[in-house]
Amino acid sequence: MKSPELYLLSRTNRPDSHTLDVFRRHEGYQALERVLKGGFSPQEVIGMVKDSGLRGRGGAGFPTGLKWSFMPDPEKDPRPRYLAVNADESEPGTCKDRVLLEKDPHGLIEGILIACYAMQVKTAYVYVRGEYRLPHDRVAKALAEARAAGWVGENILDSDFSCEICGEETGLMESLEGKRGHPRPKPPFPAGFGLWGQPTTVNNVETLHNVPFIILRGAEWYRSMGTEKSPGNILVGISGHVERPGVYEVPLGTSAQKILEDHAGGVWKGRKLKAWIPGGSSTGFLPGSQIGLSMDHDSLKEAGSMLGTAAMIMLDETACVVRAMQVMARFYDHESCGQCSQCREGTEWLSQIFRRIECGDGRVEDIDLLTSLANGMAPGKTICALADAAAIPTHSVVRHFRAELEAHVEQGRCPYLSNDQPSQATVGAHA
Amino acid sequence: MAATRPPVLPEHLRSEFEELVSHYPERKAALIPALHRCQEELGGWLSPDTLEACADFFGLEPVEVFGVASFYPMFQLRPRGRHMVSVCHNISCALRGAEEVLEKACEVTGSPAGGISEDGRFSVQRVECQGACASAPMFDLDGVYHENLTLDDVERILREVK
Ligand SMILES: Cc1cc2nc3c(=O)[nH]c(=O)nc-3n(C[C@H](O)[C@H](O)[C@H](O)COP(=O)(O)O)c2cc1C
Ligand code: SF4
Ligand code: FES
Repeated sequence: MKSPELYLLSRTNRPDSHTLDVFRRHEGYQALERVLKGGFSPQEVIGMVKDSGLRGRGGAGFPTGLKWSFMPDPEKDPRPRYLAVNADESEPGTCKDRVLLEKDPHGLIEGILIACYAMQVKTAYVYVRGEYRLPHDRVAKALAEARAAGWVGENILDSDFSCEICGEETGLMESLEGKRGHPRPKPPFPAGFGLWGQPTTVNNVETLHNVPFIILRGAEWYRSMGTEKSPGNILVGISGHVERPGVYEVPLGTSAQKILEDHAGGVWKGRKLKAWIPGGSSTGFLPGSQIGLSMDHDSLKEAGSMLGTAAMIMLDETACVVRAMQVMARFYDHESCGQCSQCREGTEWLSQIFRRIECGDGRVEDIDLLTSLANGMAPGKTICALADAAAIPTHSVVRHFRAELEAHVEQGRCPYLSNDQPSQATVGAHA
Repeated sequence: MAATRPPVLPEHLRSEFEELVSHYPERKAALIPALHRCQEELGGWLSPDTLEACADFFGLEPVEVFGVASFYPMFQLRPRGRHMVSVCHNISCALRGAEEVLEKACEVTGSPAGGISEDGRFSVQRVECQGACASAPMFDLDGVYHENLTLDDVERILREVK
């Protein structure tokens, strides 16, 4: 079998891959040239992205071309419009956009420019999380280079197309406007009412990186990789108890087992797999026996999980799922912005209950209490998806690892902890 | 009592922020980047005076500025050590020994987690996922990531800090 074609990471291993020079020598800005000089209309670009079947890589998997087509027609709605680029990678386990921002910032800029052309947007904001200093600096430097070379700014390539891109170190939307990072209820949806109340599309970094390749090589080429409903390649970050953690590019639909074994070198220390998370902490646990699943939207959905950000987190047979869940529940409690009572109270309760079960102070009723709390945090009951993001892994632990919860309660201690260890020790021993 | 004038930002920051403000349709959209710069330039934390001066500059109430600053963990609202060690304690790092890294960092620097060392040189804090999950465990030392840490690395890196 021939190995799959790589494109997302095709430049990242080259020395100085973040510079304009290296980028230009490896197909850089050729897709933009084709769009601007080849007489593509904005609608044609949207059509190509629709035909490619590209789905958002930020976690929800929404079809990108369709999302772009929701932007109102500028003839009828002349208000300023924006593209907000989500470089706020923050779903625990997810570390793929950082690779692209650091090593291929011009690839992002080219994707942004083509998206802006298609949606007739003149201003894009790249929201890079505050902790990402090197990625932020790389994007800022790439923007300066691109601007100096005429790729960003007025009348790009002597066309009528002008586009400004601002690389900002700040929370998306609300915090882009300088307010506290409070998620807003939907509707109104951002396509009609986003930044400063103007039409706005939000896209993830990796999503936009796909776009120039679709333009250059065609929708049919794109559809030759991946599955029918999830075409193309995806960046999988694999972390936890594996020999070679890392960010790998694979066609959508690749089996999780293949990624674990061929790319990540298998479970570390010759151990067996107990549990794994397919797409970032919000997608919840699956039992190790389900490692044969394919990494694509539909397969994981059928298995009651989600592809999310394709951030695989692996737990070996000595790990404690309850303790891992306690760490995750603490995170959601910390992140809840507190606007919705179900989320504010729910995340706090979940964190406390998992903690007391792990510490050996749990009661049998706690297990059903976890389920009923998580039920109260279902989508539609809160403003944003953070409450659901805490509920999903909670349900997964009760569904797949109920026996482990019960063992903690019955024994009044964590069964995976030797007696002389403090109960707040880590989930896995240090290598 | 004489009327007290609100604290004022240093001139170089004022002119920098005027430039920054011009990128946005609304003045206050530049608040967060401005707070970042204040923290960098004005002693590594946002003092009540700094927050008040920012409020004055952006035409906001001090309580609004405090609300924004207190929302983001990257803003420090208390004095801190000259060097900040931020240890990720989220899931991928926890699976590879984050608590041991944290313990070691506290031991080497003399700072408790969430505190400041007696000599004022170090602060150690817990932080959530930093996007370095596939190179866990990690900490951020003064804005630079250190990844794939062993306990020996932690000791060496922190002892080498000037
Ligand atoms: C709890 C939660 C965490 C999210 N984390 C991320 C993230 O780390 N990176 C990201 O780009 N999008 C994230 N998203 C999704 C974004 O809100 C948004 O849908 C996405 O950036 C849209 O871009 P796409 O269609 O190109 O994927 C998250 C959503 C939720 C509810
Ligand atoms: S669901 Fe949680 S995080 Fe989202 S808006 Fe409500 S309280 Fe805030
Ligand atoms: S969990 Fe520590 S960097 Fe992501």
